Amino acid sequence: MTVPDTSAVAAAVADAHRREWALVLAATVRVTRDLDAAEECAQDAFAAALIDWQVHGVPARPGAWLTTTAKRRALNVVRHRGVEHRYLPLLVEEETTPGPGDLVDDEPGLSDDRLRLIVTCCHPALDRSAQVALTLRLMCGLSTADVARAFLVGEATMAARITRAKKKIAVARIPYRVPSAAELPERVDAVLSVVHLLFTTGHTTPAGTELVRRDLVLRAVELCRMLRRLLPRDPAVAGLLALLLLTDARRDTRTAPDGRLVLLEEQDRSRWDRQAIAEGAALVREALSSRPPPRYALQAAIAAVHAESPTWNDTDWHEIVALYGVLTQLWPSPVVALNRAVAIGFARGAAAGLAELDALAGERQLAGYGYLPAARADFLRRLGRVAEARAAYTQALSLTENTVERDFLTGRLGELGGTPV
Amino acid sequence: MSKYLILIYEAEAPYETATPELFGEITQEHDTFSAQVEQHGVTLLGGEALQPTGTATSVRGGSEVTDGPFVETKEALGGYYLIDAPDLDAALAVGKLCPARFGGVEVRPVMTFD
Repeated sequence: MTVPDTSAVAAAVADAHRREWALVLAATVRVTRDLDAAEECAQDAFAAALIDWQVHGVPARPGAWLTTTAKRRALNVVRHRGVEHRYLPLLVEEETTPGPGDLVDDEPGLSDDRLRLIVTCCHPALDRSAQVALTLRLMCGLSTADVARAFLVGEATMAARITRAKKKIAVARIPYRVPSAAELPERVDAVLSVVHLLFTTGHTTPAGTELVRRDLVLRAVELCRMLRRLLPRDPAVAGLLALLLLTDARRDTRTAPDGRLVLLEEQDRSRWDRQAIAEGAALVREALSSRPPPRYALQAAIAAVHAESPTWNDTDWHEIVALYGVLTQLWPSPVVALNRAVAIGFARGAAAGLAELDALAGERQLAGYGYLPAARADFLRRLGRVAEARAAYTQALSLTENTVERDFLTGRLGELGGTPV
Repeated sequence: MSKYLILIYEAEAPYETATPELFGEITQEHDTFSAQVEQHGVTLLGGEALQPTGTATSVRGGSEVTDGPFVETKEALGGYYLIDAPDLDAALAVGKLCPARFGGVEVRPVMTFD
């Protein structure tokens, strides 16, 4: 083993932090049964690595080295806990004897501490914003400042949110354990919702100047890959990973060099990530073979139709309309209905699409949703109904805060001879 | 094991107009609930139904006595169960079983002072 230089060690530690943080923390929590103490021990282990690896070289298995170091510290912390800790509410220990509903070792990942940690972060008793914050902080090892930045809130607000969530886990005794076979699908679904939300937040930030927050997208894909390793036979996990890969495969073509939004129709398909598309398409086929098909698998199938179509004009819109049809049957939602209406517009013409969109006009859930007037505006423009299209673009503009999307809508409005109010 | 209080919040109006048959049905549901709790590794420590909020009197600051509950809401606390459960998942499983057809329940950990 050669002794590396300082920058090589720093890079190795940073790499290990990105890959192994969740593993180290999840194993340490088993010892401390207290999230804060476990976080401190895990952080100490990474700090120790910076010095130790400088002297002894980077170990062959950095994750194992870090876990051992963090757990050793944790044992020390537990041994020296004073009276003030005696009444600290600790995480509920795992049952040692499996009950009738418990999972047997037929899936290797189910015994993984990381699964225990992520289902705890995404427990349904925590509100969604707390689930997301805890997942970024505990699973990805992001600092509170970074988590706050990702969701455009102040650091103090985020710190309070994380503290509240940790307190609820301890006081209400949210257990640190892998749910029973009966509960598992529902709990995995909650985890997948959080990962999906991380991805969509990164993919199109609700406000701000950049269309994509690459860091959030990468974290979401990494988490999803981890879940896939832990639950290799879960079709919902396969479906979400497929959806993320197929959507992210278009990342380089979604904005022009000057930052402008480029629609799917105008994207340079030769620059799509073929490897991600191939991987995603294979996952879609696997996930769709389960009955009923998972929601994310259907969404991924739609993304796959786009990804595998050589040109915009070759797009199989009838297939897409059919997939949205299955999606609305299994999970009725106004947003899915909106997407289906748009697909109908391309399959059967702008007038047909517009009729479908107008049928959704009364949907309360779509009242503040900018994509509805934006889609109407586009069909009206294609039909040459200029004045109505202008009004719809103006309405869409009033409903988005994203600068890149605003610029696009303003551009379209300008082409029709209008100016934003 | 930890103690949790299952607070039953329901609209009061349906009870005011309920027929004896409906009351019987709901009482039966509560009996069934009580019988099922132990299957979840949870012990029922106690529980009561409350008279409607129209019978409540509030006392503030130790002296000011006023008519009615502190807050007028559509759903009011109508009863509770005190349970002893190994963790929140078990408490929530029991909370899901708890009859509350005109509202819902809230599951709160009980504070302990050692």
